[in-house]
Amino acid sequence: MEVTMTVNGTPVSHDVEPRMLLVHFIRETLGLTGTHWGCDTSNCGACVVQVDGRPVKSCTTLAAMCAGHDVRTVESLEVDGQLDPIQMGFHERHALQCGFCTPGMLMTTRALLDENPDPTDHEIRVAISGGICRCTGYKNIVSAVRWAADYEAATAKEA
Amino acid sequence: MATVENLPSGTQDRPIGFGRLKRKEDARFIRGQGTYLDDIKLPGMVYGALLRSPYAHARIVSIDTSRALAHPNVAAVVTAKDLETLGLAWMPTISYDTQAVLAGDKVRFQGQEVAFVIATDEYSANDALALIDVEYEPLPAVVNARKALDPDAPVIRDDKDGQRDNLASPTWEAGDEEATDRAFAEADTVVTRDIIYPRCHPAPLETCGMIADFNPKTGQLDIYNGNQAPHAHRTVYAHVAGLAEHMIRIRCQDIGGGFGNKVPVYPGYVCAIAGSIVAGVPVKWVENRTENLVSTGFARDYVMHAEMCSKGGKITGLRVDVIADHGAFDSTAQPTKFPAGFFHICCGSYDLQAAHVKVKAVYSNKAPGGVAYRCSFRITEAVYLVERMVDALALEMKVDPIELRMRSFIAPEQFPYETTTGWTYDSGNYANTMRVAMDMAGYEHLRREQAERRARGELMGIGVSFFTEGVGAGPRKHMDILGLAMNDGADLRVHPSGKAVVSISAQTQGQGHETTFAQIVAEELGIPPEDVEVRHGDTDRSPYGLGTYGSRSTPVSGAAVAVVSRKVRDKARLIAATMLETRPEDLAWEKGRWYVKGDPEKGAMIEEIAERAYSGEQMPEGMEGGLDAQVIYDPPNLTYPYGAYIAVVDVDPDTAQVKVRRFIAVDDCGVRINPMIVDGQIHGGLAEGVGIALMELLSFDEEGNCLNSSFMDYLIPTALECPDFELGETVTPCPHHPLGAKGVGESPNVGSPPAIVNAVIDALHESHGVDHIDMPCTPARVWAAMQGRPEPPQ
Repeated sequence: MEVTMTVNGTPVSHDVEPRMLLVHFIRETLGLTGTHWGCDTSNCGACVVQVDGRPVKSCTTLAAMCAGHDVRTVESLEVDGQLDPIQMGFHERHALQCGFCTPGMLMTTRALLDENPDPTDHEIRVAISGGICRCTGYKNIVSAVRWAADYEAATAKEA
Repeated sequence: MATVENLPSGTQDRPIGFGRLKRKEDARFIRGQGTYLDDIKLPGMVYGALLRSPYAHARIVSIDTSRALAHPNVAAVVTAKDLETLGLAWMPTISYDTQAVLAGDKVRFQGQEVAFVIATDEYSANDALALIDVEYEPLPAVVNARKALDPDAPVIRDDKDGQRDNLASPTWEAGDEEATDRAFAEADTVVTRDIIYPRCHPAPLETCGMIADFNPKTGQLDIYNGNQAPHAHRTVYAHVAGLAEHMIRIRCQDIGGGFGNKVPVYPGYVCAIAGSIVAGVPVKWVENRTENLVSTGFARDYVMHAEMCSKGGKITGLRVDVIADHGAFDSTAQPTKFPAGFFHICCGSYDLQAAHVKVKAVYSNKAPGGVAYRCSFRITEAVYLVERMVDALALEMKVDPIELRMRSFIAPEQFPYETTTGWTYDSGNYANTMRVAMDMAGYEHLRREQAERRARGELMGIGVSFFTEGVGAGPRKHMDILGLAMNDGADLRVHPSGKAVVSISAQTQGQGHETTFAQIVAEELGIPPEDVEVRHGDTDRSPYGLGTYGSRSTPVSGAAVAVVSRKVRDKARLIAATMLETRPEDLAWEKGRWYVKGDPEKGAMIEEIAERAYSGEQMPEGMEGGLDAQVIYDPPNLTYPYGAYIAVVDVDPDTAQVKVRRFIAVDDCGVRINPMIVDGQIHGGLAEGVGIALMELLSFDEEGNCLNSSFMDYLIPTALECPDFELGETVTPCPHHPLGAKGVGESPNVGSPPAIVNAVIDALHESHGVDHIDMPCTPARVWAAMQGRPEPPQ
C-alpha cells in the first residue's frame, strides 16, 4: 500500500506492506538508522520517535498508521550544524554510554521539555520511565535534561 | 555555540591526561550516527531467521522444510543434516564442552536452534519459520538443579560418550576442608543458610547478531558482529570452520551494551557463517528480544548451602556447597583452570581462619550460558553469599552488621594478603572505606530514624555490603581461555605531526574506551587526548588480545597502553638526547617534554621528537626511525577493587513493595583515569543490581517453559525504581598496575544486590521474623516471606 507522511520535515511516499512497522519503515525504507529497536514489546523505548510532537514507540506502530502525520526522528534534532540543547545536555552530563537507548531518550525528553520547560527531577523520571537504559542508571539522564532546561531558560532570557 | 565539528566542552574540563574529560564517542551517538550491527547493509545481503524449539526436552522425529522452501522469497533452509555435511552441526563451547549448532537428535532447552531460514528480507524469513514442520516426541524435563542428579532424572546429554547422569563437570573444591572443620569445631556461633542466586540475564538493549560475508573467489570471510572478544572469536571460527585465521576479519561496530552477553559464540553466528559460505552472499542474522532472553548467555543460577562461624566476636570460618546449573550445554565463560570461575573468592574481605568451597555443576533443560552479566567470573555469587552470611551471623550474634565486618576485616598492614582459598589481594584499607560510607549515609542517624519508624509500624531497612573483587584476568601462567593466554596488546604510533594512533585488543561496549585510552596516552606522553585516536574492534587493525569482560579493560588493556606509551617515551628520550646533544641520563621528563636537567629551558617537545624521528636527520646509533612501539601485557596478578555499599529501603506493609530510597556506594578502584566515566560505570552497575535484587528473574515452569521471555515479564528497572545514587570514593592504588588503577565496571553489580537484600531483611526481621529471602524481592515474594512462607525463585 502507498503510505505518505512527513519525516523530519520532508514529505515521503512509499509502497509498503500493510503490516510494516514504523520502526522498519524509518530504518529500512528510509535508511534513518538513528532510531533503534530493542524489545518488540513497547517496553524499552529505544525506538521512540515523535509523531505530531508526541513521543511514540515506533516498534508497535504501523507505518500505515502514520499516513498524513508528521514524524520526527533523532536525525532532526541538529539543525544547520546547531545541536539541540538536549543533545548538548546528554554530552555535558555523561548521560549516555553505549548510545543505544540515546535516540529514544533524546526524542522523549525533547518532547517533555517542549511541553514542560521546567520539569522537576521526578517529572523527568516519570517522562523517561517508558524507556530502559542499561548503562547509566538514569541519574545522569535526569541531570542532562535538567542541564538542557536550564540552558534553554538562560538562552530565552538572553533573547 | 555548538557546531557540527565541535561539541561544547568547558576548557577547564579538558585535561591533558587524567580527569573528567567528556567523551569523544558522544559526538556520533547524540546525533543517531552510531553504527550498530543492524544498521549495516551490504550489497546483495540476505536475511536469516532461526526456528527454535517449543519444548525444553524432546526427541526430534522429523523435520520437513519443503513448505518453507516453496516460499518465493526463501533462498535456503538449513538443518542439522546440512550442517553435518559441513562438519558444523556441533561446535565447541568455551568450557571444552560441545553445543549443537542446530538440533538434530533432540532438543535440550526451550528456544534451542532447530533450523535456519535464509530469505531475501527479514519479514519473509520469519514468515517461513511457520512453514517448517517439525515433529517432536516430548521427554520429561530437568528444570530444578537439585533434582538433576536424581537417579531417575532423564539424561540430557546422551550425545556424550559415557555420560550416564547430568553431572556437567567433576566436583571442584578450594580451601582446606580439615582446617575448616576445626574452625567450626572451635566456633562460638554457627549460622546456616540455603541461598539461591537465581538465573537472570544481562539483556543488553541491543540484541546479538552477525553479518557473515564469505567471498568464494578470494576465500576471505568478513564478519560484522558486536562481541566482547573479537580476536578470540576469530581463532574459534578458524578452528570450527576450518578457515585460515588470517583470511577472517571481524569488525565489531558500535555495541549496544554487552555486560557479558556478547562474550560467547552463539549457534546463530555459526549459521550465518555457514549460510554465507553456502550461498556466497552476505547473510545477516539478528535475534529478537525473546531469542536473546531464552537462548543466549544467562547469568548465575547458583544453588548454595552455606555455613559461617565466629569465635571471640570475629568471623572465623566459611563452608559452602554449591550446585551450579549450567543448562543444556556447558558454555560458561571463565578461565580454563577455574571451572567455577572465581567463586572461591567467597571468603570476601575478611581475615578468616579457614574456608572450604565445593561446587558441583549439573546439566538441566535450560538455556546454556553462565557467568555473564557484569560478574567477574562468579564473584557476584561469591560476594552475595558471603555478604548475606555475614548479615545472618550478625543477626545471630545480635551485633550490628557493620560492627561485625569491622572486627573481621583484613587489616591494611596485612596486604598483600593471601586468602585461605588461594587469592593474593594486592592492597586495601577496608575499614577506612567502610567509615566513609557510614559518614555519607549518616549511619547512626539512619538507625535512629529506623527505630522511630518502626515504632510507627513502618518497615524501613538498612543494608550493608562490603565486597572485594578480583578483576583483570590474568597472569598467563594461571589464566587462559581455550588455551589462549588472557593477555592484551597495544600498538602505539606517533606520527610525524605528533598525532597518535593507539590500537588495542579490547572492544568497547559503551565504557568509553575511545576517551579513556586516549587519556592514558595523553597522561604518559603529553599529547592532547583529542590528538590520539583509539582503534579497536577490528581484527585487521588491532593487536591480538582476549577482550573486554571481567572488568579487564583498564587492568589489562589500560596497562598495555600505559606500558606502550612509556616505551615510546623511552625511545623519545634517546632521540631527544641526540637532538639536544646530551646523554639520555641527563634528561628529565615533564609531561610532553624531555629537558636537560639543570637547564630546563633546553628541551624537546614530544611533537618535535616525533618529527625528528621520521626526518632525514641522524637517529641515535643503532636505532630505527619512527616513533612507535608495541606490547603484549601480561598482568602479574589480578587487581582487587573493593567497596562499601549501604542501601536504605522502605517496604510497604500493605503491598510488600520494596522501594530503594537511598543507595550509597563508596568504591575504591585505585587511581581513576576518567572519574566521570568511572561514576557512570558505577551508576549503571548499581541499576542492574537494583534490577537483580528486586525484579530480574528468568524462571521456568515444570515443563521447562521460560516464563520471562520478553521485557513484559523480564523486568528491568526504569528511572522510577532507581534511586538517585550517592557515590563516594577512596583511593588505594594498585601496587602492580602501571597506573595504580583497578577494574571497576563490575563492582557495582557485584556489590549492590546483597546490600539491598540485607536491607529488605533488616526491614522485616524484627516485625515479621524474616531471616532470609531469595531474590528477586518482588512484592509477591516479599509478601510470602512476611507471611512466614518464603518461596524459592524457581
